[in-house]
Amino acid sequence: MDRRNFIKKSFQAGMVTSGALSFGGFSDLFASTNSLPNQSFDLTAIRGGEPDAMFDAAIKSLGGMKTFVKKGQKVVVKPNIGWDVSPERGGNTNPILVKRIIQHCFEAGAKDVYVFDNTCDNWKRCYSNSGIEQAVKDAGGKLVSGASEGYYQKVDVRNGKRLTSTTVHELILDSDVFINVPVLKHHSSASITSAMKNLMGIVWDRGYWHRNDLHQCIADFATFRKPDLNIVDAYYVMKKNGPRGVSKDDLITLKSQLISKDIVAIDAAAVKLFGSEPESIKHIKIAHDMKVGNMNLDKLSINRIVI
Amino acid sequence: MDFSHLKKIRTIVSLLFFIPTSFLFLDFSFHFAETFSKEILYLQFIPSIISFLSLAGVAAAGFIFVIILTLLFGRIYCSSICPLGTLQDIISFIKRKFTKRKAYKRNVDFVKSKYIILLLVIILFFSGNIIGISLLDPYSNFGRIISHLFKPIYIGANNIISSLLEKFNYYSLFPYEIKTISLISFSYSILFFLGIISLVYYKGRLFCNTLCPVGVMLGAVSKISLIKISIDQNHCTSCNSCTRVCKAGCIDKEEKNIDFSRCVNCFNCFAVCPSGGISFKNQFSKKVNPSTFSSTRRNLLKRTVAFSALLSGVAISQIKIIPEKASTIAVPKKNHVTPPGSKNLEYFNNNCTACHFCISACPTQVLQPAFLEYGVSGLFQPKMDYQTSFCNFDCKICSDVCPTGAIKVHSLENKQTIQLGIAKFIKENCIVETEKTECGACSEHCPTKAVKMGPYEKITIPEVYEEYCIGCGACEFACPTKPHKSIYVEGNVQHKIAKIPPKETLENQLKEDEFPF
Repeated sequence: MDRRNFIKKSFQAGMVTSGALSFGGFSDLFASTNSLPNQSFDLTAIRGGEPDAMFDAAIKSLGGMKTFVKKGQKVVVKPNIGWDVSPERGGNTNPILVKRIIQHCFEAGAKDVYVFDNTCDNWKRCYSNSGIEQAVKDAGGKLVSGASEGYYQKVDVRNGKRLTSTTVHELILDSDVFINVPVLKHHSSASITSAMKNLMGIVWDRGYWHRNDLHQCIADFATFRKPDLNIVDAYYVMKKNGPRGVSKDDLITLKSQLISKDIVAIDAAAVKLFGSEPESIKHIKIAHDMKVGNMNLDKLSINRIVI
Repeated sequence: MDFSHLKKIRTIVSLLFFIPTSFLFLDFSFHFAETFSKEILYLQFIPSIISFLSLAGVAAAGFIFVIILTLLFGRIYCSSICPLGTLQDIISFIKRKFTKRKAYKRNVDFVKSKYIILLLVIILFFSGNIIGISLLDPYSNFGRIISHLFKPIYIGANNIISSLLEKFNYYSLFPYEIKTISLISFSYSILFFLGIISLVYYKGRLFCNTLCPVGVMLGAVSKISLIKISIDQNHCTSCNSCTRVCKAGCIDKEEKNIDFSRCVNCFNCFAVCPSGGISFKNQFSKKVNPSTFSSTRRNLLKRTVAFSALLSGVAISQIKIIPEKASTIAVPKKNHVTPPGSKNLEYFNNNCTACHFCISACPTQVLQPAFLEYGVSGLFQPKMDYQTSFCNFDCKICSDVCPTGAIKVHSLENKQTIQLGIAKFIKENCIVETEKTECGACSEHCPTKAVKMGPYEKITIPEVYEEYCIGCGACEFACPTKPHKSIYVEGNVQHKIAKIPPKETLENQLKEDEFPF
């Protein structure tokens, strides 16, 4: 229990500090001079490149990874590794992207970079066959299991309507930086899976969400711990039969990527890429109304890059 | 010729079989079992013979080598190859560390009854009831002992170490969750193990010489083996060193004779004989004393074997689930689902000896031992337990490791179309119906999209397209309703072939440099 309290306290302290920093624009103090962009964007959208090249451009437009990761920090990267399928099936986050993100974290001075997901299929097979195990190994990160209840600590979701408490993987609670890397897909339960839906992979009991108004729970949980950075992989986009997919025929190759601190804005942009309207996806609409973020893309400053 | 090293060689050979065989069942990385199971288990007698009956060929001919080996040298199998034999030797090795060695009484019991038991097992098997083999086969019992008793210890140790390392931010070792424990199988294994321990303690290799179908059969064969152990009347000083170390109690010290139906070729006697009076002899080159044991039969009923009582009085305890909003209709499952590649219920029930290797090797833990779901003859055979887990679409490890051929698929593509059963939807239990909110967990997990979400009162509800369903149970496992599931798999008594969903290619509406916002 001591350890849990410690984690909770340090987490709260971390939130206060990061909150203070974002208010006063103090982040400038930490950012190196050459990586600071002239204009700050709410969202960057990139098209036409390979996942790693697109990420290089994307992170540069936000001032480089140093804006988000400081020297000596502990980083957790949460891709979607939900399914035992190969990378070209588009069921999981692209391993090339995951590898590049970890490399950027280390270049920014990260002490450790952890990667995990609470998978749907058998976790070892998912990690291995998604190509992410190799990618993490190559980049020097640490792959952690999400398959044991012991990793998950009880937390309160204070602003939640239906989801008021749950258990969350300890890595999320005791890491300094949380980077959320979903893959954009059709989803039979949630209509679309992107950044907010990807957070379902950091909790243990998903059944509760399904029983208690899935869309409301997804929005509720987005109030708990907003990722420091969201990166949506839309290189391959599964247009139907999601989230697992039946074959490669379910995909289109969109060669796109989105990056933003605003989890609602990035999901709204992802839905547009997918070919739907943000307000048609219930959890996005609910999260917008709960002021988790902004789904009105025309109110945001968007950096559009074509490679 | 000096035969005194034979015992050492036997010990080494037996460990070379015992350790890898044990590790097959212990390992939870799943690569070891998948890669080496066929080679390591090649000579296991019962799995090989059953496998041979359905797919005759060199791949299943291990038992023929064992019979040839026995015809040449006697029951080498029982002391070197059989893992349960080695386990008994380990027990007696430990026993000797604590107690002084005493000779086992010369065993003259069950001379006829052991053949009656064997005959019964064989008759039962050919009349389509494998229960005798399931309960008595040494390999299968060994598999269950390792799977249910030692594997949890192995996993427990792993979990303790991994959680200690986790405190130091070291995550390379990971804890392994045991999703469910089958109390019946666990209880049987522990009682069998205790039974074996007490038999070894008081009676040496009595199990091997009365109840074990392989031991009794090979015992009969070894009576006519070419090369036999013999006691040289001229050299023997009647010091009784050999009878003290004989674990089968098969040496008649008065007649200076060996009962070959009981001798397990452990070669302990060679190592202790001070006069070199025991040797291997070609029995056709020189006639040894032809007299046999005078057998007396006594107290047959008194010696009831420990595990005959095991089947009674054990009940499954189930954790009661407290539902948030209870589903109302109980799942009316009629047929339980057999593993992919088990063809049909009858074939599976007749060919599986319940060694639980597949259960140990299954990465998702969907394979669990049955109790009476398949009837008495299917006791302990694996069933697909969709309450615990579901079958991974891209996995066929159970078929790769099955030593008897009870589970056999030809390829992964073949496995992916085998229809084990069909998903059935119970609308009245479903969240969509009771809560009027989206759920879709079943469709989400379905690998063939046989379960799709269709329009229903402004939201979507599961629809089952049975022709594409392979019965993997992903929907049943994922369904969050309690206490009754809203979707379940009704087993196919005869496995069928599912249709492959039609393919249609998608158009990319967006130009390469275009943004929709």
